[in-house]
Amino acid sequence: MSLTVILFYVMAALTLVSALFVASTGNLVRSVFMFFVTLFGLAGLYVFALADFVAITQIVIYVGGILVLILFAFMLSNKETLGRLQEKGQAFIGFNNLPSAILALLFFGVLVSMIFKVMPDQLEWIANSVANGNTFKATDTTTNNLGINLMTRYLLPFEAVSILLMMVLVGAAHLSRKESGA
Amino acid sequence: MISLTHFLITSAALFSIGLYMVVAKKNAIQVLIGIELILNAAILNLVAFGRYDKLNNNGQTFALFAIVLAAATTAVALAIILNVYRKYKTIEPDSINQLKD
Repeated sequence: MSLTVILFYVMAALTLVSALFVASTGNLVRSVFMFFVTLFGLAGLYVFALADFVAITQIVIYVGGILVLILFAFMLSNKETLGRLQEKGQAFIGFNNLPSAILALLFFGVLVSMIFKVMPDQLEWIANSVANGNTFKATDTTTNNLGINLMTRYLLPFEAVSILLMMVLVGAAHLSRKESGA
Repeated sequence: MISLTHFLITSAALFSIGLYMVVAKKNAIQVLIGIELILNAAILNLVAFGRYDKLNNNGQTFALFAIVLAAATTAVALAIILNVYRKYKTIEPDSINQLKD
């Protein structure tokens, strides 16, 4: 077992354990801060999939943007929700959450059995791309080609996303504005 | 080189945890975090398959788009949550039970 695989397991375990903690803890603040760890672990996993630029984007947008936004909303909104969450003193998975836990476990079983049936490493197009040398190597520079593709081949979705982002900016500002009338 | 199965199983586990959070949690912000987990599982799949497309960067490009869309979703959802809190003084999804005031 090479060092890469061991590091991958460490990173995956970090991600999954912190995600489990996020899901199981009763304390909302702790769950939000543990979500940081999950996102960093995911960025590490992206690096193992040889997608450096996506990993950095994940850190910048998710950790820098989304989590700060979540923290803001949470501090602006709920003082008494927080109190109620804490006084419940939940067990790891209480009786009320049993059906959802069963649902999630069954869904996980379905997904895993599907993955083992499909055998993704033996798919035809993947075998083709390995044969043609169309796969990333660990020593490749991945970002240059991504930038060129983003500006040529994927220009239309890029522009569509930028327009959507502007609409979202206006919409979110409009929604969260203090209403004087109406 | 880590096999694709490893990535897919990790992402399946993340998806299930997110599904559990969406169904079980009694707080809109935690439901939102669950949705983020599900989106991240999908992005992990895109990136893992994108390793086999060096020429066109399909997987990585759409992973980037998915990250941007997730950011947009979160911004609007949090604005809606703030509005709901202003009206109902709670963000528990079960207690929000009317469409008009």
